[in-house]
Amino acid sequence: MTFSFAADLAGAKLPNPILTASGCAGSGKELSQFFKLSEIGAVVTKSIMIKPRSGRATPRMAETPSGMLNSIGLQGPGVDYFLENDIPWLAANGARTIVSIAGETVEDYAVLARRMRNLPGVVGLEVNISCPNVENRGMVFSCHPETARAAIEAVRRNIGGELPIIAKLSPDVTDILGIAREVSNAGADGVALINTLLGMVIDTNLMLPKLAQKTGGLSGPAIRPVAVRAVYQVRAALPQLPILGMGGITNGRDAFEFILAGASAVSIGTATFGNPTAVIKVRDELSAILQERGFDSLSDAIGFAHREVQA
Amino acid sequence: MISTRAAQINAELISNKRVGSYHHMVFSVGDIASQAKPGNFVAISVGGESSSMVLRRAFAIYRSTERGVNGGLVELVVAPQGQGSRWLTSLEAHDVVDMVLPLGTHFGIPTEPVRALLVGGGYGSAPLFGLAELLKSRGCRVDMVLGASTAAKIYAPLEGKRSVSSLTLTTDDGTAGIAGQITDVLPKLIEENEIEIVYSCGPMGMLQAITAVTDRYQIMHQCAVEEAMACGIGVCMTCVLPVTGDDGVTRMLRSCIDGPVMDGSRVVWDSKRKIPEGTFGA
Repeated sequence: MTFSFAADLAGAKLPNPILTASGCAGSGKELSQFFKLSEIGAVVTKSIMIKPRSGRATPRMAETPSGMLNSIGLQGPGVDYFLENDIPWLAANGARTIVSIAGETVEDYAVLARRMRNLPGVVGLEVNISCPNVENRGMVFSCHPETARAAIEAVRRNIGGELPIIAKLSPDVTDILGIAREVSNAGADGVALINTLLGMVIDTNLMLPKLAQKTGGLSGPAIRPVAVRAVYQVRAALPQLPILGMGGITNGRDAFEFILAGASAVSIGTATFGNPTAVIKVRDELSAILQERGFDSLSDAIGFAHREVQA
Repeated sequence: MISTRAAQINAELISNKRVGSYHHMVFSVGDIASQAKPGNFVAISVGGESSSMVLRRAFAIYRSTERGVNGGLVELVVAPQGQGSRWLTSLEAHDVVDMVLPLGTHFGIPTEPVRALLVGGGYGSAPLFGLAELLKSRGCRVDMVLGASTAAKIYAPLEGKRSVSSLTLTTDDGTAGIAGQITDVLPKLIEENEIEIVYSCGPMGMLQAITAVTDRYQIMHQCAVEEAMACGIGVCMTCVLPVTGDDGVTRMLRSCIDGPVMDGSRVVWDSKRKIPEGTFGA
């Protein structure tokens, strides 16, 4: 029997379960000098907004133990430029693309969803309702059940067709399960777990917060146990809801952990900053581990850590 | 602009020598050495397999050699300032590092012989010696001025000086050369040597001060900027700075891809902790 590494992420059919993480792959071109984008499951784009954004002032980054803080602030060229330039280039280079969208209002999500219809190479939509680097922390949509629901409903009503909608959630909530239920009921086909955690570093020489924006999103291996816990919790309560897992994955073993917890696919973010070919390394190592552990397919391993064990 | 020449390789450390406050490190990199140009940099992962340091460290290439006994070489000048660079400078010959190179833009070389002044602050002098050699081989006259806080922080190896017609040193504490800052001597050097272009590398404050002088003399200033980077390959968006384009629009550009070598007069200096008004998308 041949091993099947194919992934089904909320209806998106992918040759393998390894994706880039939003905001960690540039426009795709930057990474394509190191490997063919068609070799990974899908490219998740940076979060696209309606208008161009300069992003935040510098310093935007601080390295932390086994992680980093960032406050990029969704720097990007806006949706018009993205549709004219990035999407055709990704399609021409054989990438399967999951577009990440981010809005400042519910109406923004509706407008962006309409613009995502019938795009070449696009296999799904990741709805970023959890970016921590926004002006008003009160407007992190995924931090409140009502705003999370409203944003996802706006996308659902406007996307049309079969494109899977994956809601990206913040771990900075008391009850991530409640938010996952809410977005699922609102029409999300899956959830992406987790976005960064809000953090701060103080520069003890300057005696000021290191980031110009003071706070930033924490990513990297430091947050992996938080992410694995979130994936496990949501899988346990909502076993039918597909999960895209992420948070500090740097190798095949890490990815395996997320698959066992219940993720159908995984995204690699911060690891790419340290290693441009991290996604290829994770893909090859995960495939080898699954076969070594006797799985016939990726799907057999999803959620395997939830099985009953005799005492 | 995205490099199409970069590669990720295992580079063997050939030698590691302490020079003043710095380490001169030579790595065997194979054929890719031939792709490196003055101004390009490398990005190295630090701390080994179980490292808690997740980001690469960027270093300007001091010199590259296409063919040596050990094949292609790149040489770096590393200041052991932080945890990552201390780890790197503690390595010994035959240790192997994961290196991506060559990255970033390089210094532009004039098509006609010109009179060039090369300005380096601290170990920012590193990429200037290879540049000096290249300029001299194209018939340019090359003068150099190097500055630092103190003598031990000036990097000026003997072999590096061969291509230079004159070398001026400045130190804040007067332990070498002229007591004072680089910009104190710039106007005199520009006037006496009828300088047509300035190339520089060093701290951002110094580059800003040089730009004020070159703008006054209306001469070109190509500078290699130093912004904190996380990836070095254009995906993380942390090393941005505001730069005004031909169209008059200021955009937040990545110093790893659109730099590190930039036109000093186009950089909107003094923009730490704020986005300049009118920046695209602000």
